[in-house]
Amino acid sequence: MTGYLFLAILALSLIAFYVGRSTAGRFVAAHGAEVHSRPIYHGAFAAVWVGLPALVLVVFWLLFQDGVIDRLLIASLPESMKQGASPSQLSLYLSEIKNVASGRIFTEPSPEISAAAERYQRWQAIAQWAMVVVALSVSALALYMARTRMAPQFRARQNFERALDIVMILSAAVAIIVTLGIIVSLTYEAIQFFRLVPPHEFFFGLNWEPQIPIREDQVAGTGAFGAVPVFTGTLLIAAIALLVAIPVGLFSAIYLVEFADERVRGIIKPVLEILAGVPTVVYGFFAVLTVAPAIRQAGGMMGIAISPNSALAAGGVMGIMIIPFISSLSDDALRAVPQSMRDGSFAMGATKAETVTRVLLPAALPGIVGGILLAASRAIGETMIVVMAAGLTATLTANPLEGVTTVTVQIVTLLIGDTAFDNPKTLSAFALGLVLFVVTLCLNVLALRIVRRYREKYE
Amino acid sequence: MSETTATAPKPFDWSSPEAMAKRKRRYAADRRLRLYGLVSILVAIGLLGILIASLVVTGYSAFVQTKIAVEFTADPENVPAEDPGAGNFRAVVSNAVQALFPEIENRRELRTASKILSNGATTIVRNHVIANPGLVGQTFTLEVPASDPFDQLNKGVIDRNLPEDRRRVSDAEIELFESLEARGLVSTPFNWGLFFNADSRFPELAGLAGAVVGSFYALLVCFLISFPVGIAAAIYLEEFAPKNRWTDLVEVNINNLAAVPSIVFGLLGLAVFIQVFGLPRSAPLVGGMVLSLMTLPTMIIVTRAALKSIPPSIREAALGIGASKHEVILHHVLPLALPGILTGTIIGLAQALGETAPLLLIGMNAFLTSPPGGIMDPATALPTQIFIWADSPERGFASRTSAAILVLLGFLIFMNAVAIYLRQRFERRW
Amino acid sequence: MNMLTDAAVEAVLTEAPKETLKMRGSGVNVFYGEKQALFDVNLDIRENQVTALIGPSGCGKSTFLRCLNRMNDTIDICRVNGEITLDGEDIYDPRIDVVELRARVGMVFQKPNPFPKSIYENVAYGPRIHGLASTKSEFDAIVETSLQKAGLFNEVKDRLHEPGTGLSGGQQQRLCIARAIAVSPEVILMDEPCSALDPIATAKVEELIDELRENYTIVIVTHSMQQAARVSQRTAMFHLGHLVEEGPTDKIFTNPDDKRTQDYITGRFG
Repeated sequence: MTGYLFLAILALSLIAFYVGRSTAGRFVAAHGAEVHSRPIYHGAFAAVWVGLPALVLVVFWLLFQDGVIDRLLIASLPESMKQGASPSQLSLYLSEIKNVASGRIFTEPSPEISAAAERYQRWQAIAQWAMVVVALSVSALALYMARTRMAPQFRARQNFERALDIVMILSAAVAIIVTLGIIVSLTYEAIQFFRLVPPHEFFFGLNWEPQIPIREDQVAGTGAFGAVPVFTGTLLIAAIALLVAIPVGLFSAIYLVEFADERVRGIIKPVLEILAGVPTVVYGFFAVLTVAPAIRQAGGMMGIAISPNSALAAGGVMGIMIIPFISSLSDDALRAVPQSMRDGSFAMGATKAETVTRVLLPAALPGIVGGILLAASRAIGETMIVVMAAGLTATLTANPLEGVTTVTVQIVTLLIGDTAFDNPKTLSAFALGLVLFVVTLCLNVLALRIVRRYREKYE
Repeated sequence: MSETTATAPKPFDWSSPEAMAKRKRRYAADRRLRLYGLVSILVAIGLLGILIASLVVTGYSAFVQTKIAVEFTADPENVPAEDPGAGNFRAVVSNAVQALFPEIENRRELRTASKILSNGATTIVRNHVIANPGLVGQTFTLEVPASDPFDQLNKGVIDRNLPEDRRRVSDAEIELFESLEARGLVSTPFNWGLFFNADSRFPELAGLAGAVVGSFYALLVCFLISFPVGIAAAIYLEEFAPKNRWTDLVEVNINNLAAVPSIVFGLLGLAVFIQVFGLPRSAPLVGGMVLSLMTLPTMIIVTRAALKSIPPSIREAALGIGASKHEVILHHVLPLALPGILTGTIIGLAQALGETAPLLLIGMNAFLTSPPGGIMDPATALPTQIFIWADSPERGFASRTSAAILVLLGFLIFMNAVAIYLRQRFERRW
Repeated sequence: MNMLTDAAVEAVLTEAPKETLKMRGSGVNVFYGEKQALFDVNLDIRENQVTALIGPSGCGKSTFLRCLNRMNDTIDICRVNGEITLDGEDIYDPRIDVVELRARVGMVFQKPNPFPKSIYENVAYGPRIHGLASTKSEFDAIVETSLQKAGLFNEVKDRLHEPGTGLSGGQQQRLCIARAIAVSPEVILMDEPCSALDPIATAKVEELIDELRENYTIVIVTHSMQQAARVSQRTAMFHLGHLVEEGPTDKIFTNPDDKRTQDYITGRFG
């Protein structure tokens, strides 16, 4: 249905294009060179007017239709069902209604549900048809308006180009909208969370046990939301990753820029880039399949007990993943140091190593530091490796041989499976997400600023 | 320093033993740094090698599948000719197993023996008979996958020489299996099921079809959104945008979005697309939308680079003969920049194909035994399928996971190869 | 190794130009990949004199200069054959240590290229890497004398620990000269040292070159004939990779043997 509507709007806009073009063609025949715009622009103008508003309308309609109908449905349920029902119960009702409406009946539904299902079907149909009628009449109205504006002196080209400008500006604004969307949605859910759990408990509490009782009478309590062990776990794993990646990445970059010839560089650089192109889920499996058992075995031979999901395995594999970040950003930074610096140093009789350590590295330091900050942000935000290889329980430890958990692991485990947004358990994931976003954002802004200022210095 | 240095260069004896020793140390430091660099590169490449080798070693066996040729008899007693689908195929299969091992008499042993065949054997036989109704009342031979333990046994993953209590198949079971081998009924053909089956609880039946289709739909949605929006945004920022605080903000934003952790996009998708807009969970539509938000910064950045590489002389030439700025871009700049844009798009989509975390949050890790029929149906994607399989305890899934990763890497290599080909084929030096 | 003898120092002090040979190039050919940049160049560099290399762009004068301290080694595709000697020793001999060679034959570049370090550290760089000094006071002394010789000390003595990149162009170039002097080289090569400077800074650097002649042998590449005439005692004219002629500066500028030199000096080409 929706697909046909899209096709219909496209067809209308195509028709509008031909109508516009032929109308303008008649102007040209009648007035000759006095016609302002070429016929094709009259056509394009009409097509944009007919197609664009209707398409935008349909997209928004589709985005909001389900949400509105859901709310109407809940409102239409008899008071007896709504009384004291938690949001998760209400969403259960909703999915039951929808199941019944689509004919997937498992048990005999209650009369209220059946009635609601009928309403649901009716409203869906009404909404669909309303959408078709509204969209098509918007198109028709637009076609009429476009036609009345057409005249030999009409500046169709400027009008069409203005429409293009608007589309382009809106596209550029998507980046801002996405950022705003992230901030607003995370903040909104985080505020919900902080209503249930005070912020000081979240930021300074040492105990993270977000499991909440499923039944009211369970003794397990309400769960504990002290996120400090989660943060320290994240930092521990990121630190291990950087300890692996910085030396390897930096020395590789130094070798590639200062010692290797063009041919070797041309081979090795793409090979290192492959490391960056491997999906993180692959690294995660690699950590579980190969690295963690290897580390455990090595520990076993030395008589050290190592947890199967040790921070060392997850952090080490994450380090492999970020080697190419460090190496390529250091590579850029070293190459940006002007050749005259090298010449100056060599002309003093410095060896390559002296030139690198005493002139090039200090000169490239801001670029390298920027790269390391970006890599750190990536390590903190990396998800799949830790979800697969790190632990689930939050332990407050600095021992890399123990299992620790990270912010991203907690977000995934808290939100995987069916979710209702009404309990501190799921909401805490958004609070963690907000912290993650803010921290990585700060790191990124800082890093990008350093790198940018560094580039400007040598340009 | 002595007074003389102020007036004349201080004579320094370069050939004194101290000077020679010092130079020797300096050259040693030079060689050391070079060595560190070389070792680092070898470590990085070696790790990549280990990664790939470990995947190949565990994964290659999943590309073949142990199958057992079994004679089934669809006797009309079990399978009614008028409605073959309603037949009792469990009985058909257990009769066939009995026929394979006529020496077995008690039921328990028979049940053990029938475990050699995959749990899906009943369905396979049923589908075969429904597709060929003429088989009712006939006897026919069908190659049925062996169940996971026997598949592993046949591939040598389970060591027959281990003591009985330390392997998953008992001596009696091995004996049965060896008798099948002796009769030449066991074969290991290429495992087409890996590509054409959907997911299953049984490793021997699980395949990637659902995940591949799901990934395809998600990438399609991602492309349909991020390609036009990305190009439009890039053209605006590169060609039209005035230099002011607003466009500065947009630029900073785009660079930062490119570095936001992917899981945050998953949270956004969950909170906005699913909670607020009420779009269905697990649907490739939502997955594609989330991926498109992540691909967008890449798209904008590569498109801008492609536009920048078009020399101003072309713009000036077109402007000089009276084209409007929009015409210059639509008629001249964009077509010339298109190869570069396409290359960047493919690389962006390849990144999106490997992305996992946001898809987990919007529920594209459902267990589904059939491929999705459209962008609104629940689906999995290749990377989330890998995640699901990696989490499964059965031994067979370990090798399937590696195999699935090899398939995913194959797709990525293919996409990148296309991008490199495009770049080399159409790259122009101005 | 042969160093400045007392007699030589005395000779300098008494201003009696005893023309000792410092460096000599014989049959020098240079190739950049397939392309030959220098053809069979024979040129003598005399001690405690300023030798100017002139000629139109791309004539090979800078290439020859860079051969004198093997800076061409840093370019992968560059090959040098023929013989270049320093105090009679072939500098392309495999036994020759390029580190030592470059310490003895310093270089100043076209564009001032101070390191992104403090003024003090720029000058101390050479002595530090070569181990010419060990205590703080020794370094202080070297830095001070070098800056004094480069005529920069009074301008920067209050900000020795500020970055060298903060100086003006002319000051930066004199800082680079001070940096080169700090390792007590015997020869200083200058590759168009004034081309990036304004006239006043140029005058200062030229003055400095004239003073440095007392203690060092200087080879300078220059685009400006007036500069060659002002600062050098001998001039060599290059054209298309060939050494056209060489001789006392007065003679080259007043009565050249070669028509091409005549044309270049009078501005017919270049």
